[in-house]
Amino acid sequence: MRPVSYNIKKKPLEADISMAEMPEGHQGQGFFATTLDNVIGLARKNSLWPLPFATSCCGIEFMATMAATYDIARFGSERVGFSPRQCDLLMVMGTIAKKMGPVVKQVYLQMAEPRWVIAVGACASSGGIFDTYSVLQGIDQVVPVDVYVPGCPPRPEAILDGLMRIQDLVGKESLRRRNSEQYKALLESYGIQ
Amino acid sequence: MSEPLTNRSKPVDRRPMNWVERLYLVNIFKGMAITLRHFFKKKATIKYPEETRPFSKVFRGLHILNRDEEGRERCTACGLCAVACPAEAITMEAAERQEGEEKLYREEKYAAKYEINMLRCIFCGYCEEACPKDAIYLSQTFTPANYQRKGFIYKKEDLLIPDPVTDPEGYQKALGTINREKEGV
Repeated sequence: MRPVSYNIKKKPLEADISMAEMPEGHQGQGFFATTLDNVIGLARKNSLWPLPFATSCCGIEFMATMAATYDIARFGSERVGFSPRQCDLLMVMGTIAKKMGPVVKQVYLQMAEPRWVIAVGACASSGGIFDTYSVLQGIDQVVPVDVYVPGCPPRPEAILDGLMRIQDLVGKESLRRRNSEQYKALLESYGIQ
Repeated sequence: MSEPLTNRSKPVDRRPMNWVERLYLVNIFKGMAITLRHFFKKKATIKYPEETRPFSKVFRGLHILNRDEEGRERCTACGLCAVACPAEAITMEAAERQEGEEKLYREEKYAAKYEINMLRCIFCGYCEEACPKDAIYLSQTFTPANYQRKGFIYKKEDLLIPDPVTDPEGYQKALGTINREKEGV
């Protein structure tokens, strides 16, 4: 029998983003003024449209996340689009073979800015057990990844946890980030103009 | 006509509708009744961050490194878990126990470094099976998401269970339902 049930240690988030309940602003009787950044962040994060790029079992787990028991609609992401033009969040789930790499990149390129990427599962985020000639060792070799969700496959709870991390990221993002030099350099490093 | 597969098959009724049927009112109310009935049914949704679902006792999640009753680390860095790992996610470095460290480590050899790459790990539990020293186990905690790759390298301090001697409170928290089972409740 196992000695304990849980690992209670909390691993801190890398580049931690602290959550604010309410944006900073001026408040008075019947009005609340805040910066446009915060309002747009709030709107964006609660209406993320995911594009599921599901190639294997993690995709099945994502289907469970979409279904009534876990209900991804509670996070405003029920509108799963299969057209990259209309989606904000690319969810790559499953093993990406090297031949599939350019396809992932093509899909990423077709998405309109602002766009985010989440790598779900061991295969998409690092290659997992498939350390072979034919499998891409993590999709961050072809597209920049914002959040990684480990697990093989991850439970729906873990996928929702990943989605909440993305929401934190989206809510906190400055409107000028996509025009910044760092962002251009990041895309340049992936060969994207 | 061929034999029907089940006794529930119904031939299609192609007769023209009469005027009551053409109003569609009856069918609309039938449909609305079904919708209305669902308002009073038990909700299927689990509101995840606020409400959690109990996992199975044998759920294979985040690893833990075990201690004995006196709080000494059990791992001797033999490397059997690393050999058994199909994803090659485990790395370790062994060291010899010095004089005066008997309180910290159970045996003469211990793991100075112990790292698991949770992105590589597939939570198969082979490490748990391979361990001869009762040192590594998987827990019912799922691995949380993170922003960068380096956030998934779980070191010894992230994996060790709370010391039952110096941190009994944390130990009880980690135990979860297990101590109740030991007492046979």
